[in-house]
Amino acid sequence: MGKYAADREALAALVRPAEVHRDVYVDDEVFALEMRHLFANTWCYVGHESEVPASGDFATTEIGARPVIMVRGEDGTIRVLHNRCPHKGTRLVTERSGNAGRHFRCPYHAWTFRTDGCVYAIPLRRGYDGTGLEERAAARGIARAGAVHCYRGFVFARLAETGIGFDEYFGESLSSLDNMVDRSPAGRLEVAGPPLRYLHRCNWKMVVENQTDACHPMVAHESSAGTAVRLWEGMQKPEGTGKPMAMEVIAPFVSRYEFFEEMGIRVWPNGHGHTGVHHSIHSDYSAIPGYFEGMAKAWGEERARAILGENRHNTVYFPNIMVKGPIQLLRRFQPLAADRTLVESFVFRLVGAPDMLLERTVMYNRLINAPTSIVGHDDLEIYERMQAGLASDALDWVNLERLLDREEEHDATEIVNGTSERQMRNQFAAWKRFITMTMQ
Amino acid sequence: MTPPSRDDLAEFVYREASLLDEGRYDEWLGLFAPHGRYWMPLEPGQTDPLLVTSLLYEDLFMLRLRVERLKGARTFSQKPASRGHHLLQQPRVERFDPDEGRFATATAFHYVETRLDEQELYAGWARHDLEVVDGALRIALKRVDLVNCDAAFGNIQLFP
Repeated sequence: MGKYAADREALAALVRPAEVHRDVYVDDEVFALEMRHLFANTWCYVGHESEVPASGDFATTEIGARPVIMVRGEDGTIRVLHNRCPHKGTRLVTERSGNAGRHFRCPYHAWTFRTDGCVYAIPLRRGYDGTGLEERAAARGIARAGAVHCYRGFVFARLAETGIGFDEYFGESLSSLDNMVDRSPAGRLEVAGPPLRYLHRCNWKMVVENQTDACHPMVAHESSAGTAVRLWEGMQKPEGTGKPMAMEVIAPFVSRYEFFEEMGIRVWPNGHGHTGVHHSIHSDYSAIPGYFEGMAKAWGEERARAILGENRHNTVYFPNIMVKGPIQLLRRFQPLAADRTLVESFVFRLVGAPDMLLERTVMYNRLINAPTSIVGHDDLEIYERMQAGLASDALDWVNLERLLDREEEHDATEIVNGTSERQMRNQFAAWKRFITMTMQ
Repeated sequence: MTPPSRDDLAEFVYREASLLDEGRYDEWLGLFAPHGRYWMPLEPGQTDPLLVTSLLYEDLFMLRLRVERLKGARTFSQKPASRGHHLLQQPRVERFDPDEGRFATATAFHYVETRLDEQELYAGWARHDLEVVDGALRIALKRVDLVNCDAAFGNIQLFP
């Protein structure tokens, strides 16, 4: 046993008020403990109900390192099952999505399970007569997540049998999901097409931290957004030519420091938080014809204005997703190893809204989140250089001190300067709490 | 001008790949029609570039931005620069319509992109929709379908 698995205090000591030890990013044992404890004790995003509209529909993903199946049962309930045959461990389905019909059937020995996970049939069952199989975990069928909650179409699971409840875990942070869904005149979202899948050779937490890092865009993205602004301004074009959609998307990345300072960050308990309290890089997009009229009809004019006046930038739901309400995008930062992360970027259609909103969302996704995106190249270069730099033990501590308030509490809801590293500290406070809570 | 021959179409496709592999990006941009697009779908057989996410779907302005960015002093992901290599099968002419001035080719390829000690191999098909603009062949649409377009990739920084 290594130095952390046997010593909860040593693990907790990796997080200080203003710094974290580099082992949180590079150490394999810390990573294994994250997978075992952190991703079991927290509520993790599994998928969206529109991915499994019909009985027997399933979608596969991982919670931490554990493969799971989200499946809609014959009773219409969405469940989250471990993607592992209780007999010998075979992965039951490998497709990213599909329909299981009424049963999952293991391809090895044909043990068959209902979509709620219960055993339906075991071939040649008399071979277990008198063996006591009914007392084993295997007889209880496919293992289930400890708790599942569907919030306005978004399915979350907590793998641990017991622990914090959904409402207490997310609290007021759910207002960001609310705003994203309320932007549909029908009050409903649908996943639109496949996600981008982008491999990062860095620790997953670096990518999560960057979602609320408002001091990097004007530096790291000078090469992409800065060049875009320079090219556009130098271009011969007729007087009064409006910015094309792509420029509206990319140009705000190189806004001035003041813009990001003033946009504000709001932190919530349990590691959640968002940038863009007062305004954000999404505030100045052109109006799309017919959209406001549809929203006003559905919600009333005043309420529609309130919904669309909220332009939150990135909302981090601890531990590993980020949503962008104003452009209906969700990114999941899937840990694969201490130095490997899969970033999936999903887009959603606002049911009942004009197609042009989805067109802008889709454009944002490919311009910013694709493995072929120049903004993505800027960011990934930095993450991979951090991972390489932290492999050296020249210095052990990583600094997260910008705008530190020595009195700050991490179970608070508060609004702070947009360039503060407060949300990163908030995440690490939650990290320490949820990873150690089930360690001996 | 005399209409292009089938050989001219193939030559055009070979030249396009050479300009990329030699890093002559400004000349490469000159091969596009003013309304030209470069498309890399995310889904096999994808038909919609606007309402379904793609890896890349860019007009000439955005392509020029990519090329300008590659030259930037603060383009850290290109320090050092990437290099690319296309190995092309003979282009197959899929449309030959001199009266309309419209042509199309399909070309199977292997593409290698390398930077520092890393090298990645991508395989796929490139479709070139070509038009005659001011007497010269120009790209209306270059569509690149990677055989594993729905796989997870690291950075693809140049132009497959």
